[in-house]
Amino acid sequence: MVSTMLAVRRLAPRRVGAVINRNMGALRSGPSYWLVLLSGFFEPLLYLLSIGVGVGALVGELRLDSGRVVSYAVFVAPAMLAVSAMSGALAETTFNFFFKMKYQKTFEAILATPVRPMEIALGELSWALVRGSLYTGVFLVVMVALGLASAGWALLAFPATILVGLAFGAVGMAVSTLMRGWQDFDLLSTGQFALFLFSGTFSPVGDYPAVLEALVQATPLYHAVELVRGVVLGELAAGLLVHVAYLAVMTVAGLLFAARRLERLLCP
Amino acid sequence: MFQLVSDQPLILARGLAKRFGDFTAVDGIDVSVAPGEAFGFLGPNGAGKSSTMRMISCVSLPTSGELRIFGMDPAVDGSAIRARLGVCPQLDNLDPDLSVRENLTTYARYFGLSRAEARRRADELLEFARLTEKAGSRVEPLSGGMKRRLTIARAMVNDPELVLLDEPTTGLDPQARHLLWERLFRLKQQGTTLVLTTHYMDEAEQLCDRLVVMDGGRIVAEGSPRALIETYSTAEVVELRFGQIRPADIVGKLEGIGERADPLPDRVLLYTADGDAAVAEVTRRGLQPSSVLVRRSTLEDVFLHLTGRTLVD
Repeated sequence: MVSTMLAVRRLAPRRVGAVINRNMGALRSGPSYWLVLLSGFFEPLLYLLSIGVGVGALVGELRLDSGRVVSYAVFVAPAMLAVSAMSGALAETTFNFFFKMKYQKTFEAILATPVRPMEIALGELSWALVRGSLYTGVFLVVMVALGLASAGWALLAFPATILVGLAFGAVGMAVSTLMRGWQDFDLLSTGQFALFLFSGTFSPVGDYPAVLEALVQATPLYHAVELVRGVVLGELAAGLLVHVAYLAVMTVAGLLFAARRLERLLCP
Repeated sequence: MFQLVSDQPLILARGLAKRFGDFTAVDGIDVSVAPGEAFGFLGPNGAGKSSTMRMISCVSLPTSGELRIFGMDPAVDGSAIRARLGVCPQLDNLDPDLSVRENLTTYARYFGLSRAEARRRADELLEFARLTEKAGSRVEPLSGGMKRRLTIARAMVNDPELVLLDEPTTGLDPQARHLLWERLFRLKQQGTTLVLTTHYMDEAEQLCDRLVVMDGGRIVAEGSPRALIETYSTAEVVELRFGQIRPADIVGKLEGIGERADPLPDRVLLYTADGDAAVAEVTRRGLQPSSVLVRRSTLEDVFLHLTGRTLVD
């Protein structure tokens, strides 16, 4: 614990900035990266349109726990926003991070400089957040334009999506340091898809059997969805702080674990 | 903490060891490198050179023993030490997502240089590495020699006091090697301390003021190239070939000529103080070699004598 605190005090924002700077340079230099960036944005948007609006026409309206009645699309949209924040951050900290770590030897080259493993982790996470925020920002604009959220609550929901991005980005990075090869990414995307389907995204968790409900409440996307939905629908309650705490713990634990693993893998 | 002592060694290792589980890569070595020196680690593959270099570059902590770089302990001040080092790794790890020029500017930022400084430094180094015309190119289409020069240029970006080069010219063609040596020689003349590993004897003789020969994780010899030759070899070497006759069969008849005879698959090496006298004696004994070559002893003779002829993979 003491050593962790010492390590945090020696971190240099300038070096974290240099790691972000490297990723910006890579972004500028190739059109392929832009394409990947763009495709990540459309997925949640397509789900919103097909399920939120399409299936929503069959479902009709939904009564929330608070007793308020909303259209199905209004219920699904914040969940898709949370999913978008999650996948934006994960895309960067899993696939790209792993490639830079394992094959491109990018981090190996960086670690020969004064930059420390934790500074790499922070830089990579910040960059993931820039990418994730790009998705969520545009998504929020679409939501407001479609009348699925008010502008005021949408603005307030933005920081909530940043927290979601931080949490998933940090944990994604930690998981990437454990990956043996590309085959492990299939497992990861299966897990990601399961979370996507069963985190109270498409139906209220209260409708699940009790055991399943408890299980879902232990998983991360549930907390992300509940937090973002609470803010977007303007239903602020003290209970939201539980979700904030859950995501904050994910962020810190993910970062510490990732930095430690980077050091063990690259500085044996 | 300001240290004025100029003759304090840049690198000081006492009983330095590195173990990975049961495997001992470096087995207790003592090394001291003075400012301005060009120092070499020689040895076959697996001798522990790279592990030693990784410890000196503060990306791998010693398992035991003492190590001080610039008088500092890598376990405590790794980041501060690395700020003053230039590292050229054995395998190029240039950034393929960036241009040649961006590889330098981006790297400079890791050392805390401002954007303007990074650009200025990149221009200087592109010139130094003769890569100015390739500044906008990606890294991937560059030749092996160009990549190597870029890696060395990148290692110079923070104006380091100590440059570490792990097998700098392995895999390069002769032209590329000579260009690289010339650049490294220039650094040396500017007073930069160089530490390199190599298994090319000519490279060690060209660049190193002093070197150690490593084998099996230990240091088996130390000195200047000339001193090592004087200690572990003779002044001259006679290379004799005997056509169809196997060298191993003829070596018995050469007994007493020179200090020792070493049969290789295709020739016999005679180590002697006086090559011409040895050749005269060979002829006097009625042996008729198909070819005779008298040459000066090289570091290669020392190296093979010390580390044996067994192939190490």
